[in-house]
Amino acid sequence: MALLRWFLIGMLSLHAAAFATEQPLGPQKARWLLTRAGFAPSDAEAAEYSTLTHRSAVDRLLAGARTTALAPAPLWIDERLVPPREFRAMSDEQRRVQLQKQIRMGLELRGWWLREMVATPSPLTERMTLFWHNHFVSAQPKVRYAQLMYRQNVLLRQHALGRFDELLHAAAKDPAMLIYLDAVTSRRGSPNENFAREVMELFTLGEGNYGEQDVKEAARAFTGWSIDPAAGTYVFRRLLHDGGAKTVLGRSGRFDGDAVLDILLAQPSTAEFIVGKLWREFVSPEPDGARVRSIAIQFRIGGWHIDGVVRALLMQPEVIERNDDNALVKSPVDLVAGLVRQSGGELTAPVPAAVALAGMGQNLFSPPNVRGWAGGVAWINTQTLLARKQFLDRALTGTSAGPAEAMATTVAEPAASADGLRRRLQALEQVRSARVDSVAWLASVGLAPERIASPDARARLEQALLVVAPSAPAREGALGLDTLRAVLLGPAYQLK
Amino acid sequence: MDRRGFFRNASVLLAAATLPAWARAEAPRLLVLIELRGGNDGLNTVVPVDDGLYFDLRPRLALKPDVVLRWHGAPAVHPSLAALEALWQAGEMAILAGVGYPAPNLSHFRSIEIWDTASDSHQYLQSGWLSRAVQGQAAFARLSADGVVIGAADLGPLAGGARAVAVNDPARFARQSRLASIENVPARGAMAHLLRVEGDIVRAGAAIRRDVTFKTEFPRGPVGIAVQHAAGIAATGSVPVLRLTLPGFDTHQNQSPVHATLLRLFAEGVAALRSALIELGVWDRTLVLSYSEFGRRPRENQSGGTDHGTAGTLFAFGPAVRGGIHGESPPLRSLDADGNLRHTTDFRRVYATVLEQWWHLPSDLVLQRRYEPLNFIG
Repeated sequence: MALLRWFLIGMLSLHAAAFATEQPLGPQKARWLLTRAGFAPSDAEAAEYSTLTHRSAVDRLLAGARTTALAPAPLWIDERLVPPREFRAMSDEQRRVQLQKQIRMGLELRGWWLREMVATPSPLTERMTLFWHNHFVSAQPKVRYAQLMYRQNVLLRQHALGRFDELLHAAAKDPAMLIYLDAVTSRRGSPNENFAREVMELFTLGEGNYGEQDVKEAARAFTGWSIDPAAGTYVFRRLLHDGGAKTVLGRSGRFDGDAVLDILLAQPSTAEFIVGKLWREFVSPEPDGARVRSIAIQFRIGGWHIDGVVRALLMQPEVIERNDDNALVKSPVDLVAGLVRQSGGELTAPVPAAVALAGMGQNLFSPPNVRGWAGGVAWINTQTLLARKQFLDRALTGTSAGPAEAMATTVAEPAASADGLRRRLQALEQVRSARVDSVAWLASVGLAPERIASPDARARLEQALLVVAPSAPAREGALGLDTLRAVLLGPAYQLK
Repeated sequence: MDRRGFFRNASVLLAAATLPAWARAEAPRLLVLIELRGGNDGLNTVVPVDDGLYFDLRPRLALKPDVVLRWHGAPAVHPSLAALEALWQAGEMAILAGVGYPAPNLSHFRSIEIWDTASDSHQYLQSGWLSRAVQGQAAFARLSADGVVIGAADLGPLAGGARAVAVNDPARFARQSRLASIENVPARGAMAHLLRVEGDIVRAGAAIRRDVTFKTEFPRGPVGIAVQHAAGIAATGSVPVLRLTLPGFDTHQNQSPVHATLLRLFAEGVAALRSALIELGVWDRTLVLSYSEFGRRPRENQSGGTDHGTAGTLFAFGPAVRGGIHGESPPLRSLDADGNLRHTTDFRRVYATVLEQWWHLPSDLVLQRRYEPLNFIG
């Protein structure tokens, strides 16, 4: 019965697709669009967009984009950096205190960003900031300074929907990036290839579109890019720069790093690589080659406007259609921020929530490697799926979040050992860090926690929360709260 | 018993008649993979102290002849490997020299993908080599899971088909597995993946947990904890493959102290694993194999570290291992155009050895063609 209903809804939406650009979206398609563009919306947000056409809804999303965060910045962002030399000269005890301070600041930073994602009026801005964080990857375990990770985050948000060429040049000189990819130790005569390789493989051209010799020559061009260790700002060290002639991708000259970046931008594969990646972010798991190429050409010759690409992608029909083939796997951030926004719930403890995200495989400010999170079905393995279910279970039925903040502060105190700290983090992960108002949420579809859910009400709930048919049939006579729990813990809730 | 259950059991019984001898035994032959993630510096692991070029290439990083370990009959090794001496003396430690592949790729992700999928350098395969190896093998199908990955979220050589679980703590995993359920409904794409993972959780959760109190002392810290969990899972006899991941080997800067710590944790971890598996009576059917996505460049860089290289040194441990050095170390005087080592042994010959000599399985389909096994088992 439920399957038949889903099938009929699918047929109707196919039929409606032809008129989609002129017709109002309605609540369902508005929800789907908003989920893809940002995070799963509240009923109020969905209602606001439901009267708009697809095009005017996308226009409104882009018009609302921000370049700064709303949440007040952590207090320590301008705190002086302890340069490596000074750190090495410290006593063991001083170092331990310093390391723990970095960990505490890193945790606060994660909580800060997650809070922004949950509260922002422009979820699209945060989705794109996160996209660029996963593109121009830097990770705190190597960079160390939370201040620099924060500044990089500010930079990525500032350019999130701006121009890609400007973003590339700025991200390449970002101090956290320079530390993360070892540019700071690269010098004339012995260039470090790490940055040159990753800028080609991961930031612009993509694997297979350059040779080893291009990496070596480009690495020479990037020599001299460094940071001032005390201020944590970019500096160009002329004496370390290799000013000789280089040949990169068939072009020769006395290139510096910026010139090499421009050569990379001129390659058609760069625009296609970026658009293909954005397609998988917004549209479907398998990019459509022809449509990607046409958007990419416009991107490259039209001035590298990221918002133009996002507009083109959000206008693809797949964005407001759902089936097994175009469903995307929610990232852990999608799951957590979406749950809170969608349920009208509350992020009761941002730091433990960020630790829970790490357990689901998405440790903000610390992607696993320079390639970033692979995303898609790779989000889901036995370990991460269980972490997701536990989070959802706690958010729905867990006890008070009272101890959470108290535990969060104990992380700030120096732990006696690395094991001790790890145990605290593990404990934090178990804390109830988000709260769902199940009464209000159930009421919105005509259900109550302790009342038996009628088949119709359950169908309304599934339609609001799931994009494909649930795998398990409804249990007859289940109470409202158990019904909600079954929907949230079922596999279909992991899709968007 | 329902009909379907009966036929499944019957087919397992029929298949059992054709299983290799080891597979008819109660517990499976175990393969423990230890991934040294980031690219282990092979030259500072097994050290060419008799080659003057080594000291020319590494004025700061070279290990001096008076600090390396020289066990009887062994090449010089890093002093942090001291905990492995007992394995070497027992003839349970094989050094596999110069292992790599043609047209080496120096990207971490691409190179480990090549190792995990056993592909050629320019070929992209979707499934891990162990996923292909276990598929359709009755010896593995009767077990609760094909593999358990400890300390990493990616399934590596078990990705793309094997019934593998990523576990940090087996007891916790068993409790959590009750949140999953098995649903038999048709699905495509991501939904099909989700349903499969749910089923893997339920089946593995029930099988891999056993509380064991060891006399063995495990190293402190995450490596020791991971090794202890590996030993506990091995005790259940429910999985043929375990993979442990030790991160941090990407030593571009300030390599000496970092690498010394990493190798010490590796050696102490292997020694503790052996001790624990001897306690359980499992060591006799265990093969341990270490690997890394690549070795590091012979010439040190200006940051007191080394950049991405090519061929590396692998270790195999276990009672079935033929102790000693296998294969040739690539000569430092004939590096490739990038200044990297030229491999002398294709890594797929190592895999062929595991498949053919350890599990008595055919290797040519898994590895796409026949690779001559090495001589380190038997």
